[in-house]
Amino acid sequence: MSVTAKPLPIGGGSVRGAPVESPLTLMWYKFRAHRLAVASIWVIAALYLTAIFANWIAPFDPESRTGLPFSPPSWPTVMVDGEFVWPPVAFGVSQQLDRKTFKRVYAIDTSKRYPVQLFIAGDRHSWFGLFPTDMHLFGVDKGGAFFLMGTDSLGRDVFSRMVYGSRISLSIGLVGVAISLVLGVILGGISGYFGGWVDLAVQRLIEIIQCFPSIPLWMALAAALPHDWTTIQVYFGITVILSLVGWTDLARVVRGRFLSLREEDFVMAARLAGASEARIIGKHLLPSFMSHIIASVTLSIPSMILAETALSFLGIGLTPPALSWGVLLQDAQNVNTLATAPWLLLPGALVIVTVLAFNFLGDGLRDAADPFSRESFK
Amino acid sequence: MWGFVLRRLVWMVPTLIVISIISFIIIQLPPGDYLSSYIARLEALGTTVDQATIDALRLRYGLNDPIWVQYFKWLGNIVFDGNFGYSFEWRLPVSQLIIERLPTTFLVATCSLLFAWSVALPIGIFSAVKQYSLGDYFFTILGFLGLGIPNFMLALTFLYISNRYFGLSIGGLFSPQYLNAPWSLDKFIDLLSHLWIPVVIVGTAGTAGLIRITRANVLDELRKPYVETARSKGLHPMLLILKYPVRIALNPFVSSMGFILPGMISGEVIVSIVLNLPTTGPLLYAALLSQDTYLAGAFVLMLAVLTVIGVLISDILLAWLDPRIRLS
Repeated sequence: MSVTAKPLPIGGGSVRGAPVESPLTLMWYKFRAHRLAVASIWVIAALYLTAIFANWIAPFDPESRTGLPFSPPSWPTVMVDGEFVWPPVAFGVSQQLDRKTFKRVYAIDTSKRYPVQLFIAGDRHSWFGLFPTDMHLFGVDKGGAFFLMGTDSLGRDVFSRMVYGSRISLSIGLVGVAISLVLGVILGGISGYFGGWVDLAVQRLIEIIQCFPSIPLWMALAAALPHDWTTIQVYFGITVILSLVGWTDLARVVRGRFLSLREEDFVMAARLAGASEARIIGKHLLPSFMSHIIASVTLSIPSMILAETALSFLGIGLTPPALSWGVLLQDAQNVNTLATAPWLLLPGALVIVTVLAFNFLGDGLRDAADPFSRESFK
Repeated sequence: MWGFVLRRLVWMVPTLIVISIISFIIIQLPPGDYLSSYIARLEALGTTVDQATIDALRLRYGLNDPIWVQYFKWLGNIVFDGNFGYSFEWRLPVSQLIIERLPTTFLVATCSLLFAWSVALPIGIFSAVKQYSLGDYFFTILGFLGLGIPNFMLALTFLYISNRYFGLSIGGLFSPQYLNAPWSLDKFIDLLSHLWIPVVIVGTAGTAGLIRITRANVLDELRKPYVETARSKGLHPMLLILKYPVRIALNPFVSSMGFILPGMISGEVIVSIVLNLPTTGPLLYAALLSQDTYLAGAFVLMLAVLTVIGVLISDILLAWLDPRIRLS
């Protein structure tokens, strides 16, 4: 009987029959256990795809006036007179003025039927100035119309406006977080690396910013943006304003991880093995706090989206013709409009879904960030 | 203990200085100075302002001084005279306007904080004790919803529902007949009947975070061996939980005030704009839109200063509760 000595497998493979998984795989296992987080990925992906391909998905141009103001939401139906029809049909709509209340009343005309079609011609549009076309994902023939989320006071399709508005609302979170991340990594890194009074000063600054009530501060800064700025300038102005507060959390995370990892054995081992500082940071430190940073970044996106919505809602963030969910909610500002057209609040529902999805995803990522902790999620 | 309080008070000085600088920047940010917008407004009304008056006003408000001299003058006036400047929009001293509005803001914010606490504590304990139960999931989802719904959306929904289904107007803090009435029991009851709406709206946003903190802390404690020991000795389960784990889980509750209070103030400002409450929100908003810079700057300054004081109180409270903090 002979025993052959085998070298221990490094990275992957198995040790004495037990499978060894890479940290990334372990993270994935852990992340997968958080079902809400996994579902949120799909929601977020759908939202961003909608934002990217907004011009094809929206059935109307966001500014085109259909001549049917305050039309309530109407959905195509598959049941007509108790019979199943396919494709779904939208009924014709006629508007009358109620002579007593002077309100517009929309009557459904079931004799006119417009089957819903895919890839149908409609308003002309282009993808950020490229590929001009008049093809829309879905719609009905000319003469008929259906509004999934109703129309606003000027008869513009709220659904189309929401789809277009998602471009600004969803990207402002990403751009804002990117700026915060740069600030946070630099200041948090400096703070954690140098320590001493630099660390103390940065920590104090973070504390001061964090105990500032953010909304009044944001309002004051946003209101001071010059009135003659273009939409693009205001957009970046707002993101910078939001990042001025947003970087503090990220800086804390970076500093905390930096401080705790610096003392780890594997860093010492790498140093003893003669690794350069750059290699230690790039090869050993960065991968081990990357996951934590990704989780914190995800968790700080929703607050950016909420802040932009709040500022635009108040009319001191983005203003029309720029379109964001907050701008759309401006229409829902007074009670009388709300009483006539409660569907104008629907862009808010989209805000809630987005914020929740990012929160769940961030939660899942945070749990997965440390695959070696025994704590299960929640 | 007193040493700790003193240390914290000294720490506050740089904080207050930074806050005052930020507020001063806010005053200086809009293009032109407030005098030019004042003159523009006068001219829009048809009054001609001659150059001599303008120069006299510039001199009086020290607008020709270098910026840091202006800052120290502004700060000196506030600290020594309580003079926050003059609101050109309201033709009143800023201090007078602020005194009227700040207390109500802090009333609403404090009540919201108490509301959030009193809701979050029992729910947090329940969720920890009955982990992964139906109730736990229900409250977790409810808490997340509170986190995800923007405050102003909730306020709008309240407005809509009360208007549509109850025919009520829920704006303001008082019914019209009590608006200028002297304080009485009836007026107080009237206040309470209006107050709960903004309190619930502002409070829900903070509740979710608090529930999760409480739940996590109680869970941590429940896993400790002493709980097992107490249980094996036959201590009543309810008594056991309330007497030990909850008491320890309460500490982070107090310390969380530091980051929850600013959020409550923020929430109050935006909700009060929607509901038109007689608090800082609507006035700050109007001041920002009309570039009434001294008023806006003073609001931002005072909201921040009072928040810092609130956080300080929570720190002292925490140190009093937990000796490990005051001795470290």
